[in-house]
Amino acid sequence: MATNTTASPTGTRLPRDEDHPLIFERGAAGASAAWLPPSDVPCVDPAFAFGEDAVDTAGPEIPEIGEMDLVRHYTRLAQRLFSVDANFYPLGSCTMKYNPRVNERAAAMPGFARLHPYQDEADVQGILELFHRLRLALQEISGLAEVTLQPAAGAQGEMTGLMIINAYHRSRGENRVKVLTPDSAHGTNPATCTICGRQACTVKSGADGRVDLKDLRDQVDEQTAALMITNPNTVGVFDEQIAEIAKIVHARGAQLYLDGANMNALLGIAKPASFGVDAMHFNTHKTFSTPHGGGGPGAGPVGVAEHLRPFLPVPQIVRRENGTYGWDEDRPKSIGKVRSFYGQSGVLVRAYTYIRALGGDGLRDVAEKAVLSANYLAARLRHRFEMPFPPPYAHEFIMVPRFAGSDVTETDIAKRLIDFGIHPPTMSWPIHHCLMVEPTETESLDTLDRFVAAMLTIADEIENDPERVRTAPHTQPVRRVDEVSAARKPNVRWRPQ
Amino acid sequence: MRYTQITQEQTSRMLTAIGAASVDELFKGISHEHRARGAIKLPGGLSEPELMAELESLSGRNKACSDDEMVCFLGGGVYDHFSPTVVNDLAMQSAFLTAYTPYQAEASQGLLQLFYEFQTLVCQLTGMDVANASLYEHASAVAEAVQIACAATKRRRVLMSRAIHPDAYRVAQTQTYEQDLELVPLPIDGGVTDAGALGAALNEETAAVVVQSPNFFGQIESVAELADLAHGAGALLIQSADPISCAILKRPATLGADIAAGEAQPLGIPMAYGGPLCGFLACREAHLRRMPGRIVGMTRDADGKRAFCLTLQTREQHIRRERATSNICTNQGLLATRVTIHTAAMGRSGLRQVAQLCVNKSRYAAARIAELDGYRLKFAGPFFREFVVQSDRPVRNVLDHCQGRGIAAGVPLGGWFPELKDCFLIAVTEKRSRLQIDALADALKSV
Ligand SMILES: Cc1ncc(COP(=O)(O)O)c(C=O)c1O
Repeated sequence: MATNTTASPTGTRLPRDEDHPLIFERGAAGASAAWLPPSDVPCVDPAFAFGEDAVDTAGPEIPEIGEMDLVRHYTRLAQRLFSVDANFYPLGSCTMKYNPRVNERAAAMPGFARLHPYQDEADVQGILELFHRLRLALQEISGLAEVTLQPAAGAQGEMTGLMIINAYHRSRGENRVKVLTPDSAHGTNPATCTICGRQACTVKSGADGRVDLKDLRDQVDEQTAALMITNPNTVGVFDEQIAEIAKIVHARGAQLYLDGANMNALLGIAKPASFGVDAMHFNTHKTFSTPHGGGGPGAGPVGVAEHLRPFLPVPQIVRRENGTYGWDEDRPKSIGKVRSFYGQSGVLVRAYTYIRALGGDGLRDVAEKAVLSANYLAARLRHRFEMPFPPPYAHEFIMVPRFAGSDVTETDIAKRLIDFGIHPPTMSWPIHHCLMVEPTETESLDTLDRFVAAMLTIADEIENDPERVRTAPHTQPVRRVDEVSAARKPNVRWRPQ
Repeated sequence: MRYTQITQEQTSRMLTAIGAASVDELFKGISHEHRARGAIKLPGGLSEPELMAELESLSGRNKACSDDEMVCFLGGGVYDHFSPTVVNDLAMQSAFLTAYTPYQAEASQGLLQLFYEFQTLVCQLTGMDVANASLYEHASAVAEAVQIACAATKRRRVLMSRAIHPDAYRVAQTQTYEQDLELVPLPIDGGVTDAGALGAALNEETAAVVVQSPNFFGQIESVAELADLAHGAGALLIQSADPISCAILKRPATLGADIAAGEAQPLGIPMAYGGPLCGFLACREAHLRRMPGRIVGMTRDADGKRAFCLTLQTREQHIRRERATSNICTNQGLLATRVTIHTAAMGRSGLRQVAQLCVNKSRYAAARIAELDGYRLKFAGPFFREFVVQSDRPVRNVLDHCQGRGIAAGVPLGGWFPELKDCFLIAVTEKRSRLQIDALADALKSV
C-alpha cells in the first residue's frame, strides 16, 4: 500500500501519516546513532578477502538516523501501547501480573547478562547454582520428580512433554498415535500434537465446563498416548474430577499431561503430582512474573514423574558429588535437545528472583488473592453480564455478554474498555462470544472496583447509546482497525519507493 | 504480602460481596485430600536487601565477559558485539517490557509498527520478500524453515549440512524424529559442506537443503552453487545467515536461497548465557501463508488512516489448532524490539563498519596465531568473524592457560566433531582491540 503524500511547505514530500512515520521514512543517509572506533589493525578489502562475487558493495537498505530522532521515534511508539505498568490488563489465560523491578535488576547484573554460553563451567558456577535451585523449587511446587529448564516457552514445553511421553511409550514397545485434548484446550495443545506427529482428538466438555467423563471413557484407548488437560481449566473452573480423569487415562496406559498455564491458581494450594499428573509445563511469563515483552520471551520448564525422568531433554543442570554444578549430557534415553544452549537463561534468573522474593507462603498468597479477585469481579458483574458457568471460579472467569434487542458484540465491549484505559479481556475463546477476565493477584481493590464501574457503564451504554460502544475506541491514535483487508491483501513489510 | 495489595480488611469485604465465608471456600473444587498436601516447602520470602545480596553473590560467582575480567573470543552462535547505550534504554521502556502480544490493535499501534519495522529490517538484511515477527532462536528458526519446505514441496527428506550450528542440527533431529521426516547429514570437506556429497544425496524425495553461511566454523559456503544443485532436484535451499555478515556479503535471496533463518543476537542482544535470543525467519512471497508465528500487516483504520495489526492469523494455533503451521504462541517480542532499535541506531553504514571491523580483526588475529609455533589455521577458505585453530598442544591445556590470564580464548570443537578434537574456534568482533588480540597470541605462545 503506497503511503499518501502531500507537499510540505519546503517542497519535500511528507507521508500523510507524518505524526508517526516508519523508521524508513525518517532520517537521512549519513546520519547515525553509533560511534565506532577506527580500525586499529590493517584494513582488509572484502573483495580481496571473499572474492568479488561474494561481496555486496552497496549493502542492505537500512535507515540512518541520528540519536535524538531515534530516541523520539521509539519513545513515541512506546507511548502508543497499553502495558501492565500503565493499564489494568485482565487478559484471561495470560496472567498479566505485575513484573517486579527487582527481577529486571537481577537479570541485568553483569554476572548474568554478560556470560557467554560456552564459558567454562568453572567460571559460571553462580548461574548454574541458581538454575539448580530453580529446578528444585519447581519440583517442590509441582510435586514432580524432575524438572528441565530448557524449553523456550509454554508451547515448546508442551512439545517437550509430549515427546517425553512418546519416548516412554516407545520404550515399552508401543507406538501410540492419538492425543486427547478437551474442546476448551488452548490452541497450542492440538497444534503441539501435530508437531509431535500425533493425531489430536477432541474430548467434549459438559454444560458445566468440565470434561465429559463418558466421552473421555469412550475415546481413551490403547492407541492413546496422553490426555492434555488444563486445570483449573480454560473456562476458569477447577475440575474436581481430575483424580478420576487420571484414573481413566492411566487404566489404558495413557499419560496425563497438564498444561500449567493456570498454575497461578494452584500455587501452595495443591500440587499437580497429587492429581496424578505425569508431565506438565510451567509458563514463567505467567505464573512467575517474568515480563511478556510484547509477545515474549517466556520460558516453559517441564516437570515429569519418576517413570519419565530418563527421557528428559539434554543438557540437565546437576549438582555433582564434589559440590560443583554442571550440565549433564549423559542421558542415553533422552529425547535429545529442544533448544539451543541452555534455555532462556535471563528469563529463568527473573523467575528465580520472584520465587525467592515470595517464598512458600508468598506463593500461596498469590493463588489466594488471584482467586479472591476473580470471584469478586464475577460477583459484582453477574447481575448485568451472563456467566455460563456457576461459581466459584478459579483465577479467571468467563462472561458471555447478551443484551436484549442489541447487536453489540463482545468485540465492541472489548474496544470500549480501551477508552477507560483498561486492556480488554481475552475475546472469543474458549467459547464463542465470550470475554475471559483474569485480574491476577497484584491489583488493588481500587483497580478492581474501577473495572466494575467501567463494565457497568458500558452495560448502560449498550442500552442507551449503543453506537458509542459499537464505534469504540474513541481515545486511541487510530479508530477501529480493518483486520479483514489486512489479511486479504497482506502488506507485511515496507518497500523502498 | 509482597506484590499483593489487598488488605485483610478488604479481603473480608470482598468475601462478603462474593457471599463466601472464607478464601478457603473458593477452593472447594479441589478436594481436601489434595489440598492437605498442597503446601510448598520452600524457605520464607526474602526482604529486598537480602534478595539483592543473594543475587549479587550468585552473579559475583560468574566471570562476566569484560575487558578487566574475561576477554571474550568465544563465538559459535552468540557473540560479544557492541550495542549503543541508547538501545538498551529505549528497548527496556516499561511499555515494551510489560505489554502482551498486540492482539488489540487499537491499543497497541506502537508495538505493531515496531514489529512491522522488524519484519522489514529482516527482509532488507536477507533480501527476502517477507518475514515474521520472531521465533525463539536460531535452532527453532531452522526447524520451522524445514517445516515450510516440507509443506511447500510435499516431500519428507531433508539434507542438512554438518557445518550448521550443532544445536540447530540436534534440535532438528529431535523434531524430525517425531514427525517421521528423514534427516540426512551432509558431510564437511575442508570446513565447508561437501558439494559432491550433496549432489549424490539429492533425489526427488528431497524437500530441502539446509546450509549455514558463514557456517559454524566461520567459513563462507558456496551457497549459490548449493542452491543450484538443490533447485535442480526440486528442493528448496534454506540458508541460515548471520545478520552482520549480510551487511557486506551477498544476501541469502541474492545467492538463490528460498528461505533465510537465523539468529539476530549480534544485533544488540546481550549474550546472557545463551538466552533469551531472537530467531528470525524470512522467505519468498510464495511461502508467506506457510510461515509460523506472528506476522504484522499494514492496513487502515475506520477513518482511512494508516494502521497496523496482527495478520494472517488463520495460520496460527489459536485459530487453526491441529492444522496450524506451527504451535508457537509466545515468541521473542522484546528481543525483536531490541534488534529493531539497535539496527536503526547503527544504520547501514554503522552495520557495514561493524562487519568490516570483524573482517579486519579476525584476519589480523588469524595471521598472528598462524605464525606461532604449534598452531595453524585448520581451514583454508575465506572466513567471517571466526576461524578454527588447530593446536599441537592439548586443547584443554591451551584454553585453561588462557583462562588463567583472563582470556576466554575459544570454543573446543572435539565434543561435537571428534575429528576436530585438536581444534578450537576463535571469534573476533569489533570490540576486540589489537592489544587484546596480541595478548591472546602471547597467551597461546606461552602455553
Ligand atoms: C492455556 C494456555 N496453554 C498454553 C499456552 C502457550 O504458552 P506460550 O505462549 O508460553 O507458548 C498459553 C499461552 O497463551 C495458554 O494460555
